[in-house]
Amino acid sequence: MARNIKLRIWRGDSTDGGLKDVVVEANEGEVVLDVIHRVQATQMGDLAVRWNCKAGKCGSCSMEINGKPRLACMTQVASFGEEETITVTPLRAFPIIKDLVTDVSFNYKKAMEVPAYEHPANLAPGEARMEQIDVERSQEFRKCIECFLCQDVCHVVRDHEENKKSFAGPRFFIRIAELDMHPLDTLKNRKKTAQEEHGLGMCNITKCCTEVCPEHIKITDNAIIPMKERVADIKYDPIRWLGTKIRKREGL
Amino acid sequence: MTLERHKYDVLVIGAGGAGLRAAVEARESGLRVAIICKSLFGKAHTVMAEGGAAASMGNVNDKDSWMVHFRDTMRGGKFLNHYRMAELHAKESPDRIWELETWGALFDRTKEGKISQRNFGGHEYPRLAHVGDRTGLELIRTMQQKIVQLQQKDGRETGDMESGIKVFAELTITDILKENGKVSGAYGYWRESGEEVLFEAPAVVIATGGVGKTFKITSNSWEGTGDGHALALKAGANLVDMEFLQFHPTGMVWPPSVRGILVTESVRGEGGVLTNNLGERFMFKYIPDVFKDKYADNEAEADRWYEDQDNNRRPPELLPRDEVARAINSEVKAGRGTEHGGVFLDVSKRLPAELIKKRLPSMWHQFYELAGVDITKEPMEVGPTCHYVMGGVEVEPDTAAAVGVPGLFAAGEVAGGMHGSNRLGGNSLSDLLVFGRRAGMGAVEYLKKNGANPVSEAAIKAAAAKIQAPFDRQGGENSYSLHAELQEVTHNLVGIIRTGSELKEAIAKIADIRKRSANVAVTGGRKFNPGFHLAFDLDNMLLVAESTAKSADAREESRGGHTRDDFPGMDNKWRQVNHISSFDGEKVNVRAQALPPMPKELFELFDVHELEKYMTPEEVAKGGSN
Repeated sequence: MARNIKLRIWRGDSTDGGLKDVVVEANEGEVVLDVIHRVQATQMGDLAVRWNCKAGKCGSCSMEINGKPRLACMTQVASFGEEETITVTPLRAFPIIKDLVTDVSFNYKKAMEVPAYEHPANLAPGEARMEQIDVERSQEFRKCIECFLCQDVCHVVRDHEENKKSFAGPRFFIRIAELDMHPLDTLKNRKKTAQEEHGLGMCNITKCCTEVCPEHIKITDNAIIPMKERVADIKYDPIRWLGTKIRKREGL
Repeated sequence: MTLERHKYDVLVIGAGGAGLRAAVEARESGLRVAIICKSLFGKAHTVMAEGGAAASMGNVNDKDSWMVHFRDTMRGGKFLNHYRMAELHAKESPDRIWELETWGALFDRTKEGKISQRNFGGHEYPRLAHVGDRTGLELIRTMQQKIVQLQQKDGRETGDMESGIKVFAELTITDILKENGKVSGAYGYWRESGEEVLFEAPAVVIATGGVGKTFKITSNSWEGTGDGHALALKAGANLVDMEFLQFHPTGMVWPPSVRGILVTESVRGEGGVLTNNLGERFMFKYIPDVFKDKYADNEAEADRWYEDQDNNRRPPELLPRDEVARAINSEVKAGRGTEHGGVFLDVSKRLPAELIKKRLPSMWHQFYELAGVDITKEPMEVGPTCHYVMGGVEVEPDTAAAVGVPGLFAAGEVAGGMHGSNRLGGNSLSDLLVFGRRAGMGAVEYLKKNGANPVSEAAIKAAAAKIQAPFDRQGGENSYSLHAELQEVTHNLVGIIRTGSELKEAIAKIADIRKRSANVAVTGGRKFNPGFHLAFDLDNMLLVAESTAKSADAREESRGGHTRDDFPGMDNKWRQVNHISSFDGEKVNVRAQALPPMPKELFELFDVHELEKYMTPEEVAKGGSN
């Protein structure tokens, strides 16, 4: 049944803005993105919101709902109390463009810094043979829909603009882990560069990223911690350290 | 303020699978390429494709070959396909899939470690390369990352990663520009700032996807507003067979806010069955004559097929999509639907819960989160949803060049001809790889003979005036309500079942909305203003709807994604006819054009008795062209 709900929407741009209260109709089964769209169509024609698929598959409608980074298309209105005001604000870690839309170009820059997949030179198209169990480890990370909620929630950058330069963020740690675990990728030293160039060491595994991931990717347990352990192994185990020096073992 | 200008060799409009594949091809041939996305990079509708990409690699059943795939594609399209496109597609798709693997894609595997292939409607053998039910995401991410790889290479060589290929995200193109009868570039605006941009490029590839947002119930995202179809029409290109729209049989129907969201065909491929409110597995009643020898007419045989495909016919749930959508529509109309106007789709009795979650993870997630339904325990409610447009820009099959406009190319869903009157599931992802690459190659070849074609100041002025217009109008209508009105008209009058009188009514109503849309006024400024964006999208949707309604009115038969209540049968004479839409600046005109006949070597791939079902006796007697 349709009922009226209270919505508080952040409106403004990089120069100024604030929360605006609206009352809007909500129908059974609707998600927060539905009611935002209704506000847009009936009360605020120029309300800026990013969205695409409305099915949790594209990761466009990321915002903060009652302070928590979430996808608006996957957040049921009914999950809040009848009298509760739902507050929607733009992602905090990124610069505001307008209303609920932020400038997420930081993420695309970081994507360009991760060295690409390298296919074995002697392996022709169609010749690859891989076990399902081996591809599944990387497949978990390839489920990522690039909603950047993990990037938004990560406290290394959330309130520390200065860390952005040297920190790729959880989304790109899983990208590196995915390539590192890829059965065919030939580029060496991915873990080492994750540590030295992409800021893996700055993560102190509070698992906030895993908690907000709408794809339920175990970012911390399956990507970050294994990479940290391997890096630590090489760095601190004296015999292995010696091994890397003597035999020039790369790519561990 | 000075106008932002960019110069490229090739401009690719659209950053879904076809656009990215075209861009890779053009860049690898040494050209400078710009990619335009209407949304963020990597969010295009390809991301939503679930089931897989069809390619006759023969990894699961080695009887498969390009010839079998070609036959399935032609049958699925009821022989209205452009034979040459279907041929190229069937021959080249395995290479396109394997190539993705060399770019880092990780498909699911067979026991031998090859790429696994799954069953799908209308495909004789297991043929769809897949990654669970998120194959589209894998494709787009692989190509997105391939573009990054090319950018890193350019960066090492020039010091600027964006020197050879640059992505312009959240930018809408409003005009394709021409000088001296040839493409010279394109004009548009940044969605973020509303500021205008000029691209000078002698070759433009349109890869903008579909038109679903013209309809009320659709699986398409907001981007599917037919931009490329309309841009091409306005640039002087033709659209072919716009009456053919695919209503995917299984969209979600409840709750209302998710109505239309896709439920992948893989649910049926993995053994899901369709039942009505009497518990009857109704698809057995809807096997058309042309498919009687290929589909099981009883439950026992249909169930055995999952174990033994060589000695049993396929279950009718796996008929081509048009057949299944019509069947569901009929069941609901006859009062045998679910409470919310759909039918039941149940996979919980076929597979154990663990396997469902593994093979259909995003379906499980989608129903659990959005509808409160656990598909491992209970059935889903599903009904038809507007999913795909078979019609599109008329192109030369080998080069993807748009007929009539030198320098313009089109690939993927926006191009027409490949799928005839109905597309088989899985043929879209392979289509965009095969023809995305060919469009890139087409542009490369074109530029060997054609250089830069400077844009005139007059063309810039005209394009700029159009963008400013809605801000200068006062008190005009609201673009949101006009859009909703258009969706009502298409849903009620140009939907899954059509009649002549309703189509004529639709044509008149669309003309009326178009007239009123010329007065649309926009509130607020230029900065990220969705009301302003919709004003342009609406204009495109109106042209597409006009083309569809007029083509549908002209075709007096039922075939594939076009069903006429007043002409319920398939008529072999109509098989020889393509409908060509063109735009005269005022309105869309539709004319009939003869379908190119299949050459002898392709003709002979079919059993003559099968061809008799589709072709006139004279055509069959002729035995293909030489």
